[in-house]
Amino acid sequence: MRGIRRVFLAVFTIWLVATLTFVVVERAPGDVFYLMAQEIAQARGISIEVAYAQVRSMIGYDPTRPLWDRYWEWLGGLLRGNLGFSYFYRISVNQILFQALPWTVFVLSVALLLSFGIGVMLGLVIAVRRRTWLDPLITGYASLTDATPDYLTALLLLILFALNLKWFPSKGAYDSSLTPGFNLPFLLSVFHHATLPILAYTLENLGAWALAMKGSAVSVLGEDFIAFARARGLKERRILTHYVGRNAILPLVTGLALGFGGMFGGSVLIETVFHYPGIGWFFKFALDHRDYGMMRGLLILTTVAIVTANLITDLVYPWLDPRIRMEG
Amino acid sequence: MGAFLSDLLHALQGNRRAAVGGLILAGYLLAALLGPALIPLDPTMKYAERFRPPSLAHPLGTDYAGRDVLAQIVHGSRDVLAIAVLTALFTTAMAVGIGALSGYSGGALDALLMLLTNIQLTVPAVPVYLLIGSVFQVRDPLGFAALISLWMWGPLARAVRSQILSLKEREFIEAARVLGLGTSHILLRELFPNLTPFVVIHFIRIMRDAITASVGLIFLGLAPFSPTNWGTMLNLAVFQTGAIYIPNALHYVLAPMAVIVLFQLGAIFFAHGLDEILNPRLRAPS
Repeated sequence: MRGIRRVFLAVFTIWLVATLTFVVVERAPGDVFYLMAQEIAQARGISIEVAYAQVRSMIGYDPTRPLWDRYWEWLGGLLRGNLGFSYFYRISVNQILFQALPWTVFVLSVALLLSFGIGVMLGLVIAVRRRTWLDPLITGYASLTDATPDYLTALLLLILFALNLKWFPSKGAYDSSLTPGFNLPFLLSVFHHATLPILAYTLENLGAWALAMKGSAVSVLGEDFIAFARARGLKERRILTHYVGRNAILPLVTGLALGFGGMFGGSVLIETVFHYPGIGWFFKFALDHRDYGMMRGLLILTTVAIVTANLITDLVYPWLDPRIRMEG
Repeated sequence: MGAFLSDLLHALQGNRRAAVGGLILAGYLLAALLGPALIPLDPTMKYAERFRPPSLAHPLGTDYAGRDVLAQIVHGSRDVLAIAVLTALFTTAMAVGIGALSGYSGGALDALLMLLTNIQLTVPAVPVYLLIGSVFQVRDPLGFAALISLWMWGPLARAVRSQILSLKEREFIEAARVLGLGTSHILLRELFPNLTPFVVIHFIRIMRDAITASVGLIFLGLAPFSPTNWGTMLNLAVFQTGAIYIPNALHYVLAPMAVIVLFQLGAIFFAHGLDEILNPRLRAPS
C-alpha cells in the first residue's frame, strides 16, 4: 500500500513539473523562432514567411492550433520518452541527453559515495571521541564548507589545481585524442578529468554528512542495547561498527536521495566551471542560446532522475530497517 | 517587536559567537547603505592600470580595465543585499502563510499544500530558476527576489506547519477556542507571536541561500542587470576577460568570493548564536 502511494506521488510530481514547464515555455517570447526563421531564410535563400512556417512545423510550435491539442500531443510524446526538441541543434533533446547523462550520473554517484562514506566514518569517530581536537576541527570544516557555495569551491579547485599547478585538465570528460572504449588509457583519462568535479562535490558535502552522523550516533550511544553490549564485554571496536554504526546510519539513508538531488541541481554551476559535458553543462549552453526546448527537456529529465532516486530510497528503506516494516 | 529587539540586544552581549556574526552582518548592511556614497565608483577604463595588485590607492587592486575592485564590491553589495532581503521577505511571507494554513486547517487542504511543498523540495532550484528566469527575462532586484522566492519556501513552510501542529494542542489555544475567538485572531494574535524567534532564524538562512542562488545565477549569465553585482564580477573574471588564467589577476577573482564567504560565515554564526539564545534547551549548562 505504502509502495503504491509512493509510486503515484512520483508520477504526479513528474506530470506536474512537465505541465508547468509546458506552460512556462508557451509564454516564451516568440522572437526566438523569428530569429531562427531569419537564419534559415538567409541560409537557404527562401522567404521569411516560408522559413517561419518551416520552423513552426519543425518544432511542433503552431500558435494557430488550440493550446489544448498541442499540450496533449506534447504529453503523449513525453509518455513515449520524447523529451522534446532542441531549438538550437534542431534535433530531439533525447540525442543530447543520452550523451550527457552518463557523465553527470558517473561524477555524482562517485562523489556521493565518497562524501557519504568518509563523512559517516568521521562522524562516528567524533561521536565517540568527543573532547578531542578532531571534533572542533570537523565542526569548523563543516561550517566553512556550509559558508562556501559549491560553485566557489569548484572555482577555487579549478584555479589552484588545473590552471596554476596544472595537475588536472581544466575541460572535457576525456582526452580527445583517445578512442572511447574499454581500454586502460581511456579509463585513466576519464578519471583524470573527473577528479576535480568529484572533489568539488565531495569536499562540499563531506562535513554535513559527518555532522549528521555525529548527531545520529550520539543518540544511539545513549540506548540501552549499547550499555548491554558493553556489559557483555564485547570489543569496543565491534560495538562501534556493528551496534552504533549500523543503527546510526539508517536515518541518513533517506538523506542520500536528497543529497543526490541537491548535487544534481548544483551540477549546472559545477559542470560549467569545469567545462564538463554533462547535463548541467548543456543547461548552461541552453541558457546562453535561449534554447527553451532543451531547458524544458533537461528540467524534466532532472526531475525524473531525482524522483526515481527518492522512490528507490523510499522502497528500499523498510527493507533496511525492520522497525519501519513492522509498522506497515 | 520592540521588546523582542531589546531582549535580543541584551542576550547578544552574553553570546560571543552571535555577537561576532551580528557585527559582520551589520558591517555588510552599513556598506550597502552608506558605502556607495563614501567610495565613489569610477567607471572610466584605464587599460594601462589593469590587474594592479592591492595597494593603498586600491586596497583590493584593479580589474581588467584598471578600475578599483573595492569600489565595485561596495557598490555591488547594495544590489546583492537588496535581493537577499527582498527574497527573505517574500519567502518568509509565503512559507508562513502556507505552513500556517496547512497546519491549522488540516484535512484535504493540508494534504494538497504538503504535496506542493514536497514537490518544491524535490525538484532542484537552479534549473527551475534558469528556465523561468530566462523565459520571463528578469531585469531588476525585485524581479530576481520574486523568482528566487518562488522555489525556496518549502523548508520553512514544512517547519512552520509542524510548529503550528504542536502549538495548537497547547492549553492557551484551547482556552482561546473555548472563549470563542475567531480563527484569524487565534492565528495572528496567539500563534504567530510564538513563531517569531523561529522565523527570524529562518529569515537569516533564507538571506544566505538567496545570496548563494542569485550570485550563482548571475555568474552563469542569467540577467546580468547590474555591472557591479558580485555574480557579474565573477562572470566577467571567469568567462569573459580570462582573468582566471592570469596569475596577477587573482585578487580580482578572489575578492567577490571572499565577501560572499564572509557574509555566509557571519550569517551562520549569528543564526547559531540566536538559536542558542532563543532555544533554552541548546544553552550550555553553566
